[in-house]
Formats: sequence, structure tokens, C-alpha cells
Amino acid sequence: MKALLGLLLCVALPAVAELQGRVGLEERWFPDSPLDSRQRDHSRSVLIEPEWYQRLGGDDSLNLKVFYRHDDGDVERRHGDIREAYWLHVGSDYELTLGINRVFWGVTESQHLVDIINQTDLVEAPDGEEKLGQPMAHLALLRDWGVVDLFLLPGFRERTFPGVKGRLRSHPVTVGDAQYSSGAEKKHVDLAARWSHYVNDVSIGLSAFHGTSREPLFQLQDQGGAAVLQPLYPQITQSGLDLQYVQGDWLWKLEAIYRHLVSDVGAGTSAAHFSAATGGFERTQVGILGSDWDLGWILELSYDSRQSGMTAFQRDLFWGARFTANDIAGTEVLVGFGQDLQQDKVELFRMEASRRFGAATRLSLEISIFDGASPESPLYLLRRDSYAELGVEYFF
Amino acid sequence: MQFYRNLIGLLVAMIVALSAVADDADSATDPAVKGLEIAEEMKARDRGWGDSTAHLEMQLFDKDTLLATREMRLKNLEVLDDGDKSLTIFDTPRDVQGTAFLSFTHVLEPDEQWLYLPALKRVKQISSKNKTSPFMGSEFSYEDLNSFEVPRYDYRWLRDEMFDGQDCFVVEARSKDPYTGYSREVVWVDKAEYRPLKVEYYDRRQQHLKTLIYSDYQRYLDRHWRASLQTMTNHLNGNRTEVRLTGYRFQTGLSDTDFSQNSLKRAR
Repeated sequence: MKALLGLLLCVALPAVAELQGRVGLEERWFPDSPLDSRQRDHSRSVLIEPEWYQRLGGDDSLNLKVFYRHDDGDVERRHGDIREAYWLHVGSDYELTLGINRVFWGVTESQHLVDIINQTDLVEAPDGEEKLGQPMAHLALLRDWGVVDLFLLPGFRERTFPGVKGRLRSHPVTVGDAQYSSGAEKKHVDLAARWSHYVNDVSIGLSAFHGTSREPLFQLQDQGGAAVLQPLYPQITQSGLDLQYVQGDWLWKLEAIYRHLVSDVGAGTSAAHFSAATGGFERTQVGILGSDWDLGWILELSYDSRQSGMTAFQRDLFWGARFTANDIAGTEVLVGFGQDLQQDKVELFRMEASRRFGAATRLSLEISIFDGASPESPLYLLRRDSYAELGVEYFF
Repeated sequence: MQFYRNLIGLLVAMIVALSAVADDADSATDPAVKGLEIAEEMKARDRGWGDSTAHLEMQLFDKDTLLATREMRLKNLEVLDDGDKSLTIFDTPRDVQGTAFLSFTHVLEPDEQWLYLPALKRVKQISSKNKTSPFMGSEFSYEDLNSFEVPRYDYRWLRDEMFDGQDCFVVEARSKDPYTGYSREVVWVDKAEYRPLKVEYYDRRQQHLKTLIYSDYQRYLDRHWRASLQTMTNHLNGNRTEVRLTGYRFQTGLSDTDFSQNSLKRAR
């Protein structure tokens, strides 16, 4: 970082530079009493995420995006991260990125199986949508027959977990002291590649990853007389497929992975190999009831060959609706329900709503209800952690 | 003599009648043929612009009260044997800053559209059937922003008329797209330069829904006319959207690679 900043200060900077970002305030309420009396019923936090873009001539640019959150109760949510800090060079038929960046792969909404480059920032979002920055060398080759992305990923990022006082966590608490199956531990250099292409109505992506699993296994440990969960990161090879077919106002989506465990961590808890898939559709109806409103319907089914307890998506159905008001305030509401097909009951309800006030402020409301999950389900740990979150963000 | 006079009179009448029949099949009086010819001439006169970039400011009014302002940058690429490509990058409102919209208009096949969401670093393909939805809360729909492609409509020349002091053709255009929000559009085209000056939009119930006025035309590269101000008025709710296009630059060297899903992720 210091070297990068030094470099920037020395270079005579051309005119095109942009500074932007957001600051936010969030309040979360948990109406149910916690499983662990040390956990809090309410949390308040502030966040800041400035972003800086600098163009260096026509084909090169620097991007920097840092993030910090201060949470009043959970020390594990008092954290910062370099989301992005990279140099990008755009050639005539290639793009080269060096530094820290975030890359998204996939098409489905309810979960992101294929997306594997970045680690999940779990303390930021319990649904796993937030990602940590990943150091990388990324070469994208742009060809008539598709785009080939090649990744060299030095430096592993551990998943973030809520601390003792935080909600939406495991019981017992997960500690940061991780164990690796590779002797190189966090310094293992991972490799990844993806070919993606689209022809007419069909988009396809085929991907491969070899390295440290982003998804940890857990083993029970004794830490000073208290039971804790320790994350274990095995070495894996994962192949992925993502497919999308556009048919009128229907978007048909499929993601599938096959993961092979290269070396176990000795816990004996992991499957040697497994497959998983998510597929479904999104259909958008425009101008419902003669208004300007759009309503998008989402339905996705998930399958995972692992035994229940290791995944939240063994045989699951997710359905939901996205409402877009198309008004000046940009009002949006997403409502979703999750259900284990082996249980006859909806276990998860989620709502995200937001609208803009003025030109630069957005108010958001998020509600998650975890209900009636069976003891085998990973959601069982969250059965007392239903919450409502009110957030306000100012963009500068 | 009387007989010959009558015969000549008859012949003259026949010639006049025949030439009238011949004229009917000709573009001069067949409204469909004449309408199509006007549309083709509009497109032909603007051929060869290559690519362009511009800054767009959109102001949303309720009657005379300014409710909101949106700023974006446009990049357009002319595609000679199909519809044009466009990339829209949002600058304000600031919560959508960095969001980018890529659209490939096709003459006969459905359009293709992608949206880049910077917070998730995700490119999402979106259904191109959402033509009737308002664009960013404005009085423009996505359909109104598509590039003009001649084969997408059926035409009928209605009449000639003066508009804003200029002699105009008035042409009715009916979209062949089953997902269109309009039953018909009536366009005033000036005879001197074949530029659209006014469009009246009629909804599916034949109500006069909106009127678009193109004004402050500027000429670029000596032949390509672009309106600096476009004002869309909604007659049902009284709202108005003004679009100002400034800083037009043509033939800046953009190519297909600047209108790809990869370019969408790094659009600035």
C-alpha cells in the first residue's frame, strides 16, 4: 500500500480523477432473546467506503476502494478492508489487473455456487453477498469465441465471523484462529480460470478453481476451558458451470459445481467430493395494473449432494418477488421465502426495501425471519436471530 | 367537328384519369410508400456518423416544479447492417453512480440489454421486453430511447404541415413490436433536413399520451443533426422531462470492444 501511494504521489497525475463513496448508519433490532446471554439485542454501527479512481493515460487506471465499519457491540464487526486497490491495463484484445479486486461469477439469485474468487465477508451480510478484497493477477483475453479469464491468487483471506457479543453466529462461537490443510497455509497461491461466451439468447460460463476452499469446515476446540469452533480450510478443486437463457421476459438460470477435496484437514467431517446445483427462472412483468410498476418473479431450486447440516441448500426451494416502482425515488422491494423441500414449512423470510431521499441519500429496511428450522438445518443456529435493520446511506 | 372535339375531350379525360391511376401507385400519393420513403431518407441522411459521446442531463418536472435531476454519459456506436449499440453511464443520482447500461438494438430480432451493478460488481442481463417502463422515473420509456431503425415500423404519410415555422411532413409510424407501449406515433419531419421536430405518442387505448419536442438542433461533422434539447410532456399527469445533450463528440474511435460486457464493468 505504501509503495502504491508513493508511486501515485511521484507520478504527475493527469486530469481525470474521481473521488466518491458512501457513509452509512445502521440500526439492527433482534426481538427474540439470544441463545447466548452475552449476545446483544440491538446493534448500531457506522460505515464509510470511499473510492478513488485515477486515469493514467488512455489505457491505464488505478482504482482504490476501502471500507471500514465501527459496530458498538461486536468487536469482530469493527473491521476494515481494502475492497479494491488495483492497476488496470486495457489492451486491444486483453485486460490485465494487478492488485486487490473483487470478481463476481454467476447468474442465480438465492445463492452463488460458482462465485469463488473472493472470500465472503460474513459479518457484513449474513446472506453472504458481501465479499472481501482478494489479491490477484487477472488476465482477461477477449476473443471472438468468448472471454478467457486467468487468475493467479496469492494470499488467502479468512472468512469473517461475528464475535461473542454478535448475533447471527454459530454456537459455540467461531474463532479466527484457522487451520489449513496446506503447509503454505494463507500463503498458498490459488489458480482459477473461466471461459465465458454468449451466442444469441444463451450465456455460458465454464470455470475451474484449484486452491484453498473459501468455504471452511469446522471443528470443536477447547480454548481456555471454553468450547469454540475452529475453521478448517482444505485444499479443493472445483469445476463450475453457469448458464442463462433469455426467452422473452423469462430468464432461465442454472449454476452447478463439482468440488473435489484434494487434501483433508483431518477432521473427518468432510465429503471427499460433492456436487451442487441451483436453477430456476426470473420473469418480469412490466406495467402491472396499468401502472408504471414492474414485478419480477423469482423461483429457484437448489440441490446439494452433501448430508444436511453441512449446507443450507440440500433440497431447497427459494421463491420471491422483486417490485420496482420506477418512481423518482427509485423505490425497490425484494421479498423472498426459503423452504427445505423435506420440511413442509417455510424456514426463511427475507425482505429488502429501499428508496432515495433527495439526490444522494438512500433509506433501507431489511427484515430476516428464521423460523421453525429443524435441528439438522444450519438455520437452526439462527432460530433466535430474526432481525430488522434500518439503514441510511449518504453518497458523496 | 363536334365529334372530334368530343373525342379529344374524351382522350384528354382518359389521359388525366390514367395518369391519376399511375400517380396513385407512385410514391407521390400512396401514403404508405411516401411514409416509408421519408423514414428511409431520415435514416440515410444521418448515415456515417460512426460513433459519438455526449453528456446528458435529465430534469424531471411536475408542472413547473423541478423534482429531480439525473446526469449520465452516453456512448453510441453506429452499426450499419443492424441496430446501433449504446452504453449509458450514470453519474447522478449518486446512489446509482457507476451503474452502466449496455443496449444492442436489433432491427428484426429482440434487443439485448445488460446492466452493471457496481456495488455487487455484477453484470446482469435484463429482459428487453421492459420497453414500456419509465426510464429513471422520467416521462421517457426505454422504448423512446432506442435507436431509430426503419424496418421496425409501418409508415403512413398523413399530410404536409407547418410546424415551428418549418415546412414538415407529418408521418404516422406504427411499431411492429408486440411489446410496444404505443398504438401509433405521429412524427413531424422537416422537409429541408429530414429531422424529427415533434412526436406525438398514442397509447394502446388511442389516447394522446405524450408529446416530444426536439429543439436547439446543432449540426456536427457538417451533416449530422442532433437536438440539444428534448422535452417530453405527459398529457395524462402533466409531468414533463427535459433532456439536454451537450459536449457531443463524433468519430472518437470507439469500437465493438467498447460496447462489451467487459467494457461495461470498467465503464467510467
